[in-house]
Amino acid sequence: MSKFFEFLNSSVGRKWLMAFTGLFLCLFVLVHMSGNLQLFKNDGGKAFNQYAVFMTTFPLIKVVSYVNYLLILVHALNGFYLVNKNRQARPVKYAGAKSDASASWSSRNMGLLGTVLLVFIVIHMGHFWREFHFVPMEAKQYITKIGEIPTEGTPFDTVITIQAKDFKEPRHYTINQQDMSGRMATYEVVELKDLYGEVAEAFKSPLYVAFYVLAMIALSYHLAHGFQSAFQTFGIRSKTYAPIIKGLGNLLFAIIIPALFAAMPLYFLFIKH
Amino acid sequence: MSGNMNLTLKVWRQKNASDTGRIETYPAKNISPDMSFLEMLDVVNEDLIKEGKDPIAFDHDCREGICGMCSMYINGRAHGPNKGVTACQLHMRSFKNGDTIIIEPWRAAAFPVLRDLIVDRTALEKIQQAGGFVSVNTGSAPDANAIPVPKWNADEAFNAAACIGCGACVAACKNSSAMLFMSAKVSQYALLPQGKAEAKMRVTNMLKVHDEQGFGACTNTEACEAECPKGISVSNIARMNREYAAAMLAGE
Repeated sequence: MSKFFEFLNSSVGRKWLMAFTGLFLCLFVLVHMSGNLQLFKNDGGKAFNQYAVFMTTFPLIKVVSYVNYLLILVHALNGFYLVNKNRQARPVKYAGAKSDASASWSSRNMGLLGTVLLVFIVIHMGHFWREFHFVPMEAKQYITKIGEIPTEGTPFDTVITIQAKDFKEPRHYTINQQDMSGRMATYEVVELKDLYGEVAEAFKSPLYVAFYVLAMIALSYHLAHGFQSAFQTFGIRSKTYAPIIKGLGNLLFAIIIPALFAAMPLYFLFIKH
Repeated sequence: MSGNMNLTLKVWRQKNASDTGRIETYPAKNISPDMSFLEMLDVVNEDLIKEGKDPIAFDHDCREGICGMCSMYINGRAHGPNKGVTACQLHMRSFKNGDTIIIEPWRAAAFPVLRDLIVDRTALEKIQQAGGFVSVNTGSAPDANAIPVPKWNADEAFNAAACIGCGACVAACKNSSAMLFMSAKVSQYALLPQGKAEAKMRVTNMLKVHDEQGFGACTNTEACEAECPKGISVSNIARMNREYAAAMLAGE
């Protein structure tokens, strides 16, 4: 076991820890982004609010999310340790360094980019995560007529707002009552905390949206270097796979994921109202 | 001559290891574009000596790009603006008349400045001594077919062995990491049958000394590869990372 800790404390081992936690977090942003795509659904937030309940109650996801919080902390603390240690390795700086001639900007500024992301995570979780878990929130009651194909013009979905003080926990039940034509019908009722509404409300502020977009630009640059760099740290590098890892990494983690993430606040600011 | 240049040099001057040091400005007059960078410094030093001043101290030996002594950070780049050359092989035609050239020593906690542009690179020797060798006598060159070595391995080992230990990788790295140097030494042995036997011990001991000497960790910026006068590839660092993890995490 002591050998394992000696490994973890070495300059190479610390990078392995960085790479391992970083790749896990890459997987997390991929899942997080995919799930959040439901914000784009035009269903009064039903799918997104259901997804929020699933993500916070399903045991396996709960375990993974706590592992995720832990790994964010490990990644950040180890990152600060390495930045500090690496600075000590050059006490006197160059007067005329032309660093951009030999290395990309993102690779030289991972600490700065990571700090921006950490600040973002704290603000992001302090807002949506904290409020969803600990603050009474307005809820929505989604009523859907079931057992019958709706004809055009009939109200299919009804959404009723429940005041925060009246909402206890998510519920899912059916009721039988007369429909508009006077016939008995079965309705499915889903009551959910309206996180979607919170999101829509928050992104009315252009300043808040700008902060989110800026953080996603930081994410793009961070992962442009980070994803492929993790493979180099693990020693996974061959002439065949290196261009694929770099190409896939940049396309998925530096372009597609940050762009779709950034599109969410922009969607609420410019399109949803 | 008509093509000769007049330049301004901003040079790091430091009397000894304990002096704080400063940048001083000197004119470099009538410099031929055909001179090497070191020859230009020789000319400037002649003028300084004539004026009764201390000449600029700089390391140099072979002046043909293989000894790795001329450790100079020129205009913000290790060994100057050209790729794949040491300072002695950098020619003044790479500069223009009227240019200002900033010349600094390598900057790293592990490379203390001894005087002006001369740094102490003993830290690299210490890494080498920790395992950059085969500890038994493997005899004279065996028959070519006695020990089978695949062509690819022989080429890769040879490319790694081209490292001259100049320290440009450390100088160019934002973390002053000596990973490229160390990984070249690890690779040149790990790829060949004579070196394989001690591969685990070698990489473990060398990395331990690397960290003790105050070199930083690797951020994979790949600045080292871009600035290496011998074109050592960062794929050696990937190999070393594998070798180290295998040595520490697998086996006894």
